[in-house]
This record gives sequence, C-alpha cells and structure tokens, in this order.
Amino acid sequence: MENLVIEGSPKTPTIKFNPEEGKLLIQGRSIPENSIDFYKPLVDALEEYAGGVKEATKVDIVLEYFNTSSSKCILDVFKKLERINEAGGGVTINWHYEEDDEDMLEAGEDYQAIINIPFKMVEIEED
Amino acid sequence: MDINIYDFYNKMEQDNIMLSFKGNVTSELLTSVLQIMESKMDKLNEPNRIKKKVYNILVEALQNLYHHLDKQPEGAPKGHNTVIFMIGKTEEAYSIFTGNYISNDNAEKLKSRLEKINSLDADELKAYYKEVLNNGMMSDKGGGGLGMIDIARKSGQRLDFDFQKVDEEYSFYSLNINIPQ
Repeated sequence: MENLVIEGSPKTPTIKFNPEEGKLLIQGRSIPENSIDFYKPLVDALEEYAGGVKEATKVDIVLEYFNTSSSKCILDVFKKLERINEAGGGVTINWHYEEDDEDMLEAGEDYQAIINIPFKMVEIEED
Repeated sequence: MDINIYDFYNKMEQDNIMLSFKGNVTSELLTSVLQIMESKMDKLNEPNRIKKKVYNILVEALQNLYHHLDKQPEGAPKGHNTVIFMIGKTEEAYSIFTGNYISNDNAEKLKSRLEKINSLDADELKAYYKEVLNNGMMSDKGGGGLGMIDIARKSGQRLDFDFQKVDEEYSFYSLNINIPQ
C-alpha cells in the first residue's frame, strides 16, 4: 500500500499516512466549506489498510482549528480506526491541543466519549 | 441616491465595527475575511484563547451564510442571495452580526432548532452536540446541524436571533453572537 500525503492549505490540514509504519498524522487547520471531498482519500486509504492491519497504529491529531463540517468527517476517520483497532491494529490516538485551548481539549474529550480507542491528550506548550 | 458616507462611517465607528460586508459570499471572500480578522486580532495582541474562540465562531457563522446561499430555491427574488455581516469589538466582548433572507417555511424550522439550543445548559449542549455528531446524519457538506450548537457552546451565550417577516414567502433572519472577552 502506498503512502498518502496531502499538503496543507489555509483551509485544509496536512495529512500524512504511512501504512508500512502504521503512522497517521493530521496537522493544521481543517475549515473547508465542504469537508467530505477532502477527507475521502484518507477514509478510503484507511479502509484498504484495515484489510492488512499492522500490530500497532499510531495516530497524531494536531489541529489548530476545525469546523463542524470537518467534525463529522474526523469522526468517520476515528470510526475506521476503531474497526482497525478491533481487528488487532493496536491503535493509539494522540490528541494534541495548545495549553490554553480548552475548546480543543473538550473537542478531543467529545470524540473520546464516542470512540472506543485509547486517547491520549497531549498538551502543546506555548512558545 | 442620497447616501452620506460620513454618517455611515460615524455610525460604524460608534458601534465599534471592525469589518462589515454586504453582498454575495464566496469561498475566496471567506478566506480573505478570516485572514483579515486573524491579523487584526494579532495586532491587538489578543490572548490566544480569545483569538481561537472568535476565529472558530466566525468560521461557523460565515460558513452558515455560505451554505445558506446554496439552499436558495430557484426563482427566489434577486437580491435574496446577498447577505450582510459585521464584526465589532468593545472592551467587554467581540460581536458577530449576520443577516440573510430565508423562506418562511425554513424560518419556522430554524427558529424551533434555535429555541431548543437556547433551552439547554452547558452540560446538555455538550450531550446534544455529541448526539448530533454521532447520529450518522450528514448533510452533503458535512456539518449536518452542528454549527449553531457549536456557536452556542463556544460563546457560552444564548443565541440572540430575530426573524423579520418581509412578505408572504420570505423573512429576514438576523443573528447576533456575543463573545465575552
């Protein structure tokens, strides 16, 4: 399976998915008007990955902003990861948030409550 | 046309308006407005927490206007696809005002949704957000009704809205979002 790399833009995050190493990174801003088209390649890649699952899958979500249009797509990504986890993919999700960004922490907790995968809340210290 | 632009200017100055727009909303316009507001808030040295809150809420409010235009029925009167928004700031709070035409049928539906959101406290809003997020319903743009819940949650304020009936078919919907500093 090939790597999936999508470069970030002012409204969309950088996505790096390396199926060989079992590593996924979503980083930046996710505020497109229409998120479904943007997230489709990742959702499809995870679907394919679920077929030949690795022992450990490490996911890092480092979002500065995301809109509600993205929030359902991000949930879709997590639901795929949940299935990968159940299939023995040993998924861990690191949810990064800036130290004074309570809204982003709370958003992570919302997902944690819905998704049956261990979440780790990682505080990013301000420079 | 008899417009005194100086009166306009003074009125906006008194009301602490930082930015205003009336017209047709495009994706490019939203990108520009967000960039302008971000650099304005940087120059004002706003705390990160406030900057993020205002930015997030602004994204939702402006994208609501953008998606609303998609939903205009064919044959809607000309001019009904234009919107207005203003962003203001006082010592105490940021304010975001938006206005757009809406069919009376949709106005009724929207009004009952907004009233429901206003009837919930912070914990209930959190639960409602998770319920709507997880119910599998998704509009073709993704959000599926989360935007107003998110605005209410992040601002921590009741939604201040009004529907002004224009004629038998249309109302003008206005929303005033207050974000305390």
